[in-house]
Amino acid sequence: MIFVNQLIIGLQMGSIYALVALGYSMVYGIVKLLNFAHGDIIMVGGYIALFALTSAHMPPVVAAVVTVLGCTALAVVIEKLAYTPLRSAPRLSLLITAIGVSILLQNVAQLLFTADGHSFPAHMLLPAGSLTIGGFQVAYTALITILASVASMVALTILVQKTKLGKAMRAVSEDTGAAQLMGIHVNHIITFTFAVGAALAGVGALLYSVQFPLIMPTIGVMLGLRAFVAAVLGGIGSIPGAMIGGYVIGLLEVLVVAANLSSWMDGVVFLILILVFMVRPTGIMGRPMLEKV
Amino acid sequence: MELKRDPRAPMIPERDRDKRPALECVGLGIDFGGLTAVDDFNITIAPTEICGLIGPNGAGKTTIFNLLTKVYRPTRGSIYLDGKDTKSMNTTQANRAGLARTFQNIRLFKELSVLDNVLVGLHNEMDYRVAGALFRLPGYWRAERIAKGRAKELLSIFGMEGMAYHKAGSLPYGSQRRLEIVRALATNPAVLLLDEPAAGMNPAETDDLMHNIKKIQETFQIAIVLIEHDMQLVMGICEGVAVLNYGRLIAKGTPAEIQSNPKVIEAYLGTGGGGDDAAS
Amino acid sequence: MKQRFTIPMPARYGINIGLLVLFLIVGNLIVGGNLLPRAHSNNVIQVGFFIILAVSLNLSTGYLGQLPLGHAGFMAVGAYAGAIFWRSGLLPSEASLVVGLLLAGVVAAIFGVLIGIPALRLKGDYLAIITLGFGEIIRVLINNLPAITGGAQGLLGIPRYSTFLVVYICVILTCGAIHMLMKSRHGRAILSIRENEIAAESCGIKTTYYKVLAFAASAFFAGVAGALFAGNLGILVPGDFDFMASINILMIVVLGGMGSMAGSVIAAAILTSLPVVMQPLAQYRMIIYALLLILVMIFKPSGLLGTYDFSLSRVIERLVRRITAGRIKEKGAK
Repeated sequence: MIFVNQLIIGLQMGSIYALVALGYSMVYGIVKLLNFAHGDIIMVGGYIALFALTSAHMPPVVAAVVTVLGCTALAVVIEKLAYTPLRSAPRLSLLITAIGVSILLQNVAQLLFTADGHSFPAHMLLPAGSLTIGGFQVAYTALITILASVASMVALTILVQKTKLGKAMRAVSEDTGAAQLMGIHVNHIITFTFAVGAALAGVGALLYSVQFPLIMPTIGVMLGLRAFVAAVLGGIGSIPGAMIGGYVIGLLEVLVVAANLSSWMDGVVFLILILVFMVRPTGIMGRPMLEKV
Repeated sequence: MELKRDPRAPMIPERDRDKRPALECVGLGIDFGGLTAVDDFNITIAPTEICGLIGPNGAGKTTIFNLLTKVYRPTRGSIYLDGKDTKSMNTTQANRAGLARTFQNIRLFKELSVLDNVLVGLHNEMDYRVAGALFRLPGYWRAERIAKGRAKELLSIFGMEGMAYHKAGSLPYGSQRRLEIVRALATNPAVLLLDEPAAGMNPAETDDLMHNIKKIQETFQIAIVLIEHDMQLVMGICEGVAVLNYGRLIAKGTPAEIQSNPKVIEAYLGTGGGGDDAAS
Repeated sequence: MKQRFTIPMPARYGINIGLLVLFLIVGNLIVGGNLLPRAHSNNVIQVGFFIILAVSLNLSTGYLGQLPLGHAGFMAVGAYAGAIFWRSGLLPSEASLVVGLLLAGVVAAIFGVLIGIPALRLKGDYLAIITLGFGEIIRVLINNLPAITGGAQGLLGIPRYSTFLVVYICVILTCGAIHMLMKSRHGRAILSIRENEIAAESCGIKTTYYKVLAFAASAFFAGVAGALFAGNLGILVPGDFDFMASINILMIVVLGGMGSMAGSVIAAAILTSLPVVMQPLAQYRMIIYALLLILVMIFKPSGLLGTYDFSLSRVIERLVRRITAGRIKEKGAK
């Protein structure tokens, strides 16, 4: 009984990590950038949802749409202003810029909303009750989180595998130069990839805020890092990999908390990361890369 | 191991007939995924031979250099350097065993000076340790002085000693190619691999390069293998030529034999592309 | 050809030593002579260990070309190693100071090797994230081992060994050692890896060895700086060594110019002093830093000084050449 409950919480957490991990994975796959600011976009999404529900009194569905669109718009602006000028720069410069953007977002948020937590009205977004399935109590929030993230991932898979746009994304990720020669607008595709990643982050922000209803400028950091570990664990650049990685980290978190070791959680997560790098640097689903000489 | 070599093979120059080959490949091959990039590549390079490796674009010439220098691990076959199997070696060890190379897409240390580029090549010729550097022990001064002198001497092969303090990345294209050769030479190789040394050079520069390659071979008494599309250069200095097509050796012989070999003519002019490369 | 004016080697060292003594006297006057309010004079000492941190990070970032994000982790290891040793009082104070600093460096260097061997097999972003992970693991360990580290409550009562003189000497030794290393075959090997790893291997450079060497040396000095930090504050809490601490050091190196020791030194001095001088802007500090970081990367990725390294001897040589050239011209005119 307790086991099943824990399992459901683990899947709920894992769903959120998986959604966020997808954003890292897609961006990394296409521009080889570890987008440090991705976690902070979720933080911004949390604030947008918070103010949309409380100050603007929007109905939940509208608030959710506004949050997703807000995150997307923010990511596109960041991409255009900070990352596009560095398209041909060394990757180190791009990574440092991403770190800069991350610090900037956190500190602007701190300036605007103070470092204190704002409590998030989770009940205004999702119903609080629970459903009984086969004798087990499953909270609506958990159910919706899992369903919403699975639906997002299915939609993403269809987008990438079945549409022309998705084909272009895969082409750019495979060989930017060749894609350009084939008449693909590489810059548009990259921007689009950031936008899709951020939209998923927006969904993630909503679901995260429901589960941990306290919004702070720093919530994106640890969430982002754990999700990144999930992406690496699953194999960066791989959509099913990010999903698997996310669920592994989510279940692991539940396990660590159950063992009363929650203060060790981040240590455990990174220890796994280091072990993955040592044993199988390409992750569970990743492919090895060969440098052209 | 004892190496088998056909003494009548036309590629081996007279003067090297009785010596152990500097480099030998036996059944060398590599697959990338399902694609066989190089297969069944056999060659013997004599200690003071200049050998040309030619073939249409994508024939696998550079891949062979990458296999020899252990940038890629061979899927099949063996490479022997002066009779020693290089199976367990990595790129660094292959260099220390006597194999130096240049790159098709120039790979200089661009932000370092020309002199420093050559001094990196002379790294293993110096022997002082970290402590010697930290405390500026006598060994440091001696080794650095000798190395600097040697570096300038090597640069003078191409008349580049005046550029010693320029940034390598700021040199004109031709000089960058020449600097790569000097840097490779600095590692004191037994076999020098040159990947398209004349690419981007005008006929006068190419002619100059040709004489310098000859001079290097004579002065240092080393083997040189060069990948080149400029047929005048290949036919001008190579004693043996190997022709590669679709990852396989299709002909070996003296320049004269190669020029009249019908298989070679077909590879270049026949069914597929790449013909324009050999037009000169 | 006309002989260019150059200062001979021994004289160059003489000039540099003279300069260092001058700085020492001025610094001692400022800190010891109570010319500044206490907060400011302590800031001079802080500049010292931030110089060490920046110069040591520059070794792995600017020279080796990697991006470790866990420099504060090495600093933490050194800080706790040094502080715990000092608190034990095993040795009389002078000996304890020296041994503690060395111990801090060595322990950090050991961690540097341990983390470096797996991390350096990876490139770019992967190395960044794995070192970041290392820094976090160290912080989690410190938090969860209160018996040794004092845990989240902090480690108190650390002897305050970090006087201006001690920090100053450490700064000089650090900069001197890294300079000597870089101007040698070993330093060139490190630079060649940054420039082109495959070419470096093809030149017979043992790239793994030199990566680990640079990484361990970088960790060593970060450890020493950590101990100095502990000896300055007298108290350590794990929060001092979080991810932001690593980013702060990185910021100094990036703004100063990756690959320039002089740039690291100057940027460390400016960025460490600014908050004290510009108290009113304190709440905007991180925003300004973040914007600077982004703008520098977009418009001047080489930072303040690029890879330029300052040499007083070279400046004197230039001046002398210019003056003599002027004289020759005058003579010609007459």
